[in-house]
Amino acid sequence: MNIIEITHLHKTYNESEVKVHAVNGVNLNFEAGEFAAIVGPSGSGKTTLLNLLGGLDSPNDGKILIDKTDLSELKSSDLIKFRMKNIGFVFQSYNLIPVLTAQENVEFIMHLQNRSKQEREERSMELLRAVGLDGRENSRPNKLSGGQQQRVAVARALASKPKFVLADEPTANLDSKSTEQLLSIMEELNRKENITFIFSTHDQRVVNKARRVITLEDGKVISDERKR
Amino acid sequence: MITAVAWRNIWRSPLRSGIIIAAISVGMSAGMFTTTFTKGWMNQRLEVGVETEASHIRIQQPAFGENYDLKEYIPNSNLLTKEIAKTKNVNGVSPRLVIQSMIASAETGTGVKIIGIDPDKEKTVTNLYTKLSEGKYFEGVKRNPILIGAKLAKKLKVKMHSKVVITVQDASGNITGGAFRICGIYDITSGIYEGLNVFVRSSDLARLAGLKKNVSHEILVHLVNPEELDRETLLLKASYKNLKVENWKESMPELGYINEIGNLYTYIFVIIILLALGFGIVNTMMMVILERVKELGMLMAIGMSKARIFNMLMLETVMLTFTGGFTGILIGLGATYATMEKGIDLSNYAQGFEELGYSPHVYPVVEVKTLIVIVILVIITGIVASIYPARKALQYNPAEALRTE
Ligand SMILES: Nc1ncnc2c1ncn2[C@@H]1O[C@H](COP(=O)(O)OP(=O)(O)O)[C@@H](O)[C@H]1O
Ligand SMILES: [Mg+2]
Repeated sequence: MNIIEITHLHKTYNESEVKVHAVNGVNLNFEAGEFAAIVGPSGSGKTTLLNLLGGLDSPNDGKILIDKTDLSELKSSDLIKFRMKNIGFVFQSYNLIPVLTAQENVEFIMHLQNRSKQEREERSMELLRAVGLDGRENSRPNKLSGGQQQRVAVARALASKPKFVLADEPTANLDSKSTEQLLSIMEELNRKENITFIFSTHDQRVVNKARRVITLEDGKVISDERKR
Repeated sequence: MITAVAWRNIWRSPLRSGIIIAAISVGMSAGMFTTTFTKGWMNQRLEVGVETEASHIRIQQPAFGENYDLKEYIPNSNLLTKEIAKTKNVNGVSPRLVIQSMIASAETGTGVKIIGIDPDKEKTVTNLYTKLSEGKYFEGVKRNPILIGAKLAKKLKVKMHSKVVITVQDASGNITGGAFRICGIYDITSGIYEGLNVFVRSSDLARLAGLKKNVSHEILVHLVNPEELDRETLLLKASYKNLKVENWKESMPELGYINEIGNLYTYIFVIIILLALGFGIVNTMMMVILERVKELGMLMAIGMSKARIFNMLMLETVMLTFTGGFTGILIGLGATYATMEKGIDLSNYAQGFEELGYSPHVYPVVEVKTLIVIVILVIITGIVASIYPARKALQYNPAEALRTE
């Protein structure tokens, strides 16, 4: 059962003199529970593809169905709600809210969803435990290492129980030890909780952990391999 | 939580926020204090003008007018006085004789308005009897006592118990004079008034001018509740159609205008301050938003609606403004309370004002109405200044915002 169906997706940027075809006719499906890496050299269109998939930007052509919902048919305010409910985001530069503690960062989305205080506290603690940060819940981002911040970001992405998590180069700013830690946490969440992760990377060690590797070049999928 | 984020965001750059908050509080404390100071000044002038000089309502013969025509008196004014005194909301009525005359000391002479009063009745319409800097209110001098202003005393070079001579044209057109002895000197910081008005007993003046006992040139009426001024004036006008009934706003319109203009000026002053501060606030918030584009992109991405982002930024601006604004108002009020007892003495800088009846010793006062207006102005500034930056933040698309560094 596919949770994501991408057909004939195109995105061009016309801002500069030269027209850039950043995503050029992509067709892809994702199933629930996947642990997929999107790889490719810098400029190959990974970020653009993930942004389209996350509803942060709109394509020039093609269609994205998420659980039968066509993203292009949502009004912008509905799209925001849709993102909040269905999609978790992890960014390369962590992007936590600097004035909130680790726990408050995780609670933030639940607050936007008007969840009860008790539910917020319980779930945020549970998630921080899952990413190995119990004890650091009251630290603000500037008191955490890059790896710890990215783990808070993963906990935050999961707070609203999304259908899948999109992570654009989540390890690009991390040292190898933090990279390993983060990936094993993501793998474990994927295996135990059946959480779908789609992440981009150009780090071979990260690619090796993925169960599916989609390679992009000049906005086109040039290979799509599943392991085992 | 959004409130907490907005508040903590203010303190992300403590120096920048501190500077703008300090600027707002300095501006607002100046605005606030200027307001209470001006209000105090205006009130003092009004108090003297109404409670000492004019009382609330004045009744005269229409033809008495500007020429103070001796024969244009109100006959049987005692009866009228009694009648008006019975009216509800009237707490004092005093008949007066008013004659243009010359006053002369051993040294020099000048033209004055000589006002004949019943000292006890006069106490119920003006507070002149409380304004004596020397001597006693019609006491201590048996024959022909006279009360003169401090300015006039200086001009005539006379002291307590000095003799002065008053010359008037009597009812039959003859010039007659009478000697009076100074029983008291009043000081009301209104130079012009002090120089031109002297008070004697109406019985003494009537004898000198050859007027009957039971007449007066004007009747002053003092109300229990000054708020009822306009209504009571209309009632008296209706009751005494053949007489000229005027309240102080009509007889001294400049006094009322000055008060209104004073209010207007202080509001304009505060608005100008707030306008300048408003631009500073907008500028600060625009910087804040430029710095946080990426964070705004993240908030949009994870599902914070535009309305909520708008509210959060608005809240931040409003809290920034209120923190500075209310601190400033409190400082201004503090300065007011610190000086309202002893007052502020400007006599070294502002002699000219005294001539116009503005005391050089100012006691600031806090008026609830003006305070409310200023608070509302601060609130409006906060809200207006917050709209533009917050709107600006919404123009980004999340993908673009996230790409920025
Ligand atoms: N906002 C933009 N305006 C113009 N060109 C863009 C923009 N964003 C990306 N591009 C171009 O689109 C192509 C794909 O970029 P991107 O999706 O960021 O690739 P990757 O994430 O694989 O490095 C690149 O050539 C990049 O220069
Ligand atoms: Mg990229």
